[in-house]
Amino acid sequence: MDIFLQQIINGLVQGSIYALVALGYTMVYGIMGLINFAHGEVVMIGALVSITVTSTLAAAGMPIGLAGLFGLVAAILVCMALGWSLERIAYRPLRGSPRLTPLITAIGMSIVLQNLAMIIWGRNYLTFPPLLPKVNFEVAGAHFTLVQVAIVLLSAAMMSGLVFLVYRTKLGMAMRATAQNPAVASLMGVNINRVIAAAFVVGSALAAVAGVMVGSYYEIAHYQMGFMLGLKAFTAAVLGGIGNLAGAMAGGVLLGVIEALGAGYIGDLTGGFLGSHYQDIFAFVVLIGVLMFKPSGLFGEKTGDRA
Amino acid sequence: MKNWLNPKSMTGIALIAIALIVLPHVVGMGGQAWVRILNFAILYVFLALGLNIVVGFAGLLDLGYIAFYAVGAYTWALLASPHFGLHFPLWAILPIGALMACVFGVLLGSPTLKLRGDYLAIVTLGFGEIIRIFLNNLNSPVNITNGPQGITLIDPVKIGDFSFSGTTQIFGFALSGPQKYYYLLVALAILVIIINVRLQHSRIGRAWQAIREDEIAAKAVGINTRNIKLLAFAMGASFGGIAGGIFSAMQGFVSPESFSLIESIMVLAMVVLGGMGHIPGVILGAVLLTFLPEVLRYAVGPVQMALFGKILIDPESLRMLIFGLALVLVMRFKPAGLWPSPERSRELSDKPVEAVK
Repeated sequence: MDIFLQQIINGLVQGSIYALVALGYTMVYGIMGLINFAHGEVVMIGALVSITVTSTLAAAGMPIGLAGLFGLVAAILVCMALGWSLERIAYRPLRGSPRLTPLITAIGMSIVLQNLAMIIWGRNYLTFPPLLPKVNFEVAGAHFTLVQVAIVLLSAAMMSGLVFLVYRTKLGMAMRATAQNPAVASLMGVNINRVIAAAFVVGSALAAVAGVMVGSYYEIAHYQMGFMLGLKAFTAAVLGGIGNLAGAMAGGVLLGVIEALGAGYIGDLTGGFLGSHYQDIFAFVVLIGVLMFKPSGLFGEKTGDRA
Repeated sequence: MKNWLNPKSMTGIALIAIALIVLPHVVGMGGQAWVRILNFAILYVFLALGLNIVVGFAGLLDLGYIAFYAVGAYTWALLASPHFGLHFPLWAILPIGALMACVFGVLLGSPTLKLRGDYLAIVTLGFGEIIRIFLNNLNSPVNITNGPQGITLIDPVKIGDFSFSGTTQIFGFALSGPQKYYYLLVALAILVIIINVRLQHSRIGRAWQAIREDEIAAKAVGINTRNIKLLAFAMGASFGGIAGGIFSAMQGFVSPESFSLIESIMVLAMVVLGGMGHIPGVILGAVLLTFLPEVLRYAVGPVQMALFGKILIDPESLRMLIFGLALVLVMRFKPAGLWPSPERSRELSDKPVEAVK
């Protein structure tokens, strides 16, 4: 029983990180129908920037908590700028081109960002400075740390902020209108270019926070950390129904929990035939299973054969 | 169909044939490594043409294509290596490999037929990862794939007593292993290209195109979209399977590492960058994207030495950086690919550009 609870907690933590990244994918996809493959690299850049800023400031004598805060803010700002430039330089000129063209551009940008990061930060694993004191809690036999609590709370706060932005502000209304029908939205006076840029900037800010979270959770960062994370987050977004905010959040958390439970129980379930290294398969098998019965994801709106 | 027998096209064909025959010897002057790269370029042509059936002809976005290459490669590796002590002849393994890949193609295709565009993309991606993870872990409790170490000592391609590995003397010429494989691959490539061209203009090819353009309309005119889509997956997969088998024989070694997601993405990039759905374009894309990173590998270091007198930036990352930039730039200035089909470029230039999408 305590393994169960423990894995639920681990899955929840990992899942809230997936959810934050998935939101970035789903916003961009919802508005312009593009799989932004470079989004995972934005997460990685966020983590690496925050390491550099935090350790530089901490080395200069600043208390680690404050340095970490500066690191987080710096990561958010750099990633926002990065997201904006990605849209402006790489994707905007391609509107109206064939569907797969921006996908290849996104893959190209992903390769560029990864190698740029390797040139700047080197190919070694960097240790992430511990931002929060190591405090352990124990509830009903399950252990968790202060970092885990902070990750779940912070992502809940970020997600509430995003929901507020999308459903309660004018920019959010413009985003929803653009997602429904860009041409009509633009006739109603919505500045499409601004809305799309905003979706990239907001998504990248969330990605930066996720990057810092991953870094402080696993205490390392690396120029290749973004790719697999981005892939999982995209899987989560699709699982929930891509283009749908609630779906991305639910999909992220669900994927995290499924993975954790899968890793914990797969050995028992198969009588030791399959070990915990099959964890990644779980995510994809669940995805395929869900899509077979609900072809547009758990929360996705039912669309016609042609969208 | 054009008349192939007029003198102009005959000279053209003859010139291309001579170029293809001489090529490995010219390239080989830079070392056998370049002949190997040339062989890989042809293997990628197979893969890109196979994927082109799925993505380019039928319009189904497949991000896990490399899984079929893996299935073909492992089929060959298991049936012709000391790992299980089996040494099947070429004429048995190649069809079995193609058939296995074909079965996997249908296996992937059948549950995903209902899915639209990007949902299909992520499921195929997941499928590719599942295959790779299984290859990586199926070494216990029963050792089937030998896990991450991979399978070694795989038999080379052999026709009768003629082995394609090692150097042989033919008519006083010394032909190295890679050069012999080159001729085998070129012969196969010509066959594959002919099959593809014939397919494109066949009834099936036109049905694929109809599905790509408008699935509902295709259904309405009486195309069995389910079977035709499955056929696209199956045919694409079998080309991948054949390429995989030859890869495995040529290398003498396979491991799961060769079949990662990035390989699927590379093959897709070849198809799109070359000109989706246009066979010459796809071939160009495959050859270019195989050679570009290799040429950069040799060029990046010396160019830096010449410009700055020392190595400023790690050549390995710089070469991939340039590669990524090249992808972005080509898509920016040639959104339909480097060599799109004439119909497609006409469509793109006539259509007024919409605000978004």
